[in-house]
Amino acid sequence: MTTTAPDLRTGTTGTTRRVRGPKDRARDRGAVSPADWRRPGVRLGLGGSHLALLALLVVAGLGPMLMLARFAVTPTSDILMTPMAVFPNGVAWDNLDQAWNRVHIDRYFANTVLLACGSWLVQVVVATTGGYVLSVLRPAYGRALQWLVLATMFVPSVVLLVPLYLVILHPPLLGQSLLNSFWAVWLPSGASAFNVLLVTRFFDSLPREVFEAARVDGAGNVQLFTRVVLPMSRPIIGVVSVFAIIASWKDFLWPLLVLRRPEIQPLSVRLPAIAGTTDLGVLMAALAIATLIPVALFLVFQNMFLNGAGLSGAVKG
Amino acid sequence: MTTTIAPDVAPASQAEPVTASRSRSLTRWVRGGGISTLVFALPMLVIFGVFSWLPILNSVVMSFQKTNLVAAPKWVGWANFAYVLNDPLLPTAIANTLWFAVLALVIGYPLPLVVAVLMSEARRFRGLYSALAYLPVVVPPVVSVLLWKFFYDAGPTGVFNTILGWVGLGPFPWIQDADWAMPSLVLAATWAGAGGTIIIYLAALTSVPAELYEAAEIDGAGLWHKIWHVTLPQLRGVLFITLILQVIATAQVFLEPYLFTNGGPADATLTILLLIYNYAFANSLGGNYGAATALSLMLAIVLAILSIVYFRLTRSWSDS
Repeated sequence: MTTTAPDLRTGTTGTTRRVRGPKDRARDRGAVSPADWRRPGVRLGLGGSHLALLALLVVAGLGPMLMLARFAVTPTSDILMTPMAVFPNGVAWDNLDQAWNRVHIDRYFANTVLLACGSWLVQVVVATTGGYVLSVLRPAYGRALQWLVLATMFVPSVVLLVPLYLVILHPPLLGQSLLNSFWAVWLPSGASAFNVLLVTRFFDSLPREVFEAARVDGAGNVQLFTRVVLPMSRPIIGVVSVFAIIASWKDFLWPLLVLRRPEIQPLSVRLPAIAGTTDLGVLMAALAIATLIPVALFLVFQNMFLNGAGLSGAVKG
Repeated sequence: MTTTIAPDVAPASQAEPVTASRSRSLTRWVRGGGISTLVFALPMLVIFGVFSWLPILNSVVMSFQKTNLVAAPKWVGWANFAYVLNDPLLPTAIANTLWFAVLALVIGYPLPLVVAVLMSEARRFRGLYSALAYLPVVVPPVVSVLLWKFFYDAGPTGVFNTILGWVGLGPFPWIQDADWAMPSLVLAATWAGAGGTIIIYLAALTSVPAELYEAAEIDGAGLWHKIWHVTLPQLRGVLFITLILQVIATAQVFLEPYLFTNGGPADATLTILLLIYNYAFANSLGGNYGAATALSLMLAIVLAILSIVYFRLTRSWSDS
């Protein structure tokens, strides 16, 4: 026990890696056996279908994104008349400039970033402190609390729509409407039972001996949280963060309802509103700009996304 | 003397330890970190309390009230439910939502499974396959709807009509036509959502034990037998989960019908959620919040039953 505590202070990587769970290891074979693979029929058939699959995934997954990127710098008349021709009359870089400066995508972009950052912070704070209480501190009221949180998972989000809107109009104790304030988006995003469950399950998997050792060394609740639990939970905080930011970037209906003033609306709300009155090439440029950050995040944190999505399946399961 | 004193003393000597132990247990609670525990629980209590538990309770209350946000809410009994159930648009909305769900099952349910099983047999580029499959999931839905709306242009120079024109098909009306609109919406929604399901299946496929395949081979099973008798039974649980999740999600479909067609043409894509939205928010003079909550509550009860069934089954599935 005394040996784990210094370990923790010097570097947590060893512990974190051990904690990460058994799901990472890859399977060495599938339904097709190595013997099957040696048969020319199987090899040709499977190889062919894998080639077809790759072609399908490139066309369906990447194709629309490449089209969007091309439209973003194609003159409007070319997009309309010959959508499948690649730059028949040159490139219109001007689309991007027009979208960013004249259609004020810059402002809506900044709004989107601000909304995502605030939602991320609220979600991480609620999920980590909540998970800490439910998994590590376990007060007498912990079980009841856990049931109350879990119960919200069974309530479809449609139920919340109107009553939550009225809570935003007349929040308790505040005496002031949150309509047209970023708080109206930030605060409700924290009420995610899925996040709390995900973090609680992760904390449950941390070795208890480490906590006991920290207690023996005189750590209180706060120190245990900031010095031991948080540093060990970087993987799960990463997963929660990535999903929080992407979900906030995608969110449409809720910001549409509570952010009524156009100058504070995010891209997701503004883009459909300007779609009818904006030059098509400029609109495509705006759509491409709105896609940039989520796709970049995905490319950088690919493993976190793909493992996390699998994880969400495992937790939901 | 002693007999009269004794009852006097007894309550006092009893009372003292009680208060003492109460204050001592309070100090023990504080010393044991009770206050800091409460502080740690506070964000969750406040956020869930105000933005989840309170509105959930309110939704039940509001469905029996008439609220116009100015005057005090008035109790109206079952009037909101009667209003919703007598709305001639309700059967249309239910039928459209069911049609969307059925189409999503036919188009969108088998596809991720086939792709995932094929992908899991790949020996190379597995990362590339999953990245390509997941890419549409990270695209903001609003962007993909606006982009697909342009792809669906009904003229002969529309993107899809141009491509189909190369093989002599079309031009098709896509979202302009009442019969074509819903399948078009489902196609776009499937494109946007399939990647997530594929990744869930891939995770489940990696946990199928290789010994089962080896045992099947010893029994002389061919490839199709192994997929039919080993792979699919092993995925039974996760297949059921994705089925229920998909039904719950499609029952609440809003974004596609709202942005593609706004319920049209001729109410052909008016879904239940769009009807709820229209009750509450479409009229700028003030919504019929009572009717909106009544309809959401009825939909929610149906969905809650589904998710309880789902939770029960997933618990037994993850235990096994």
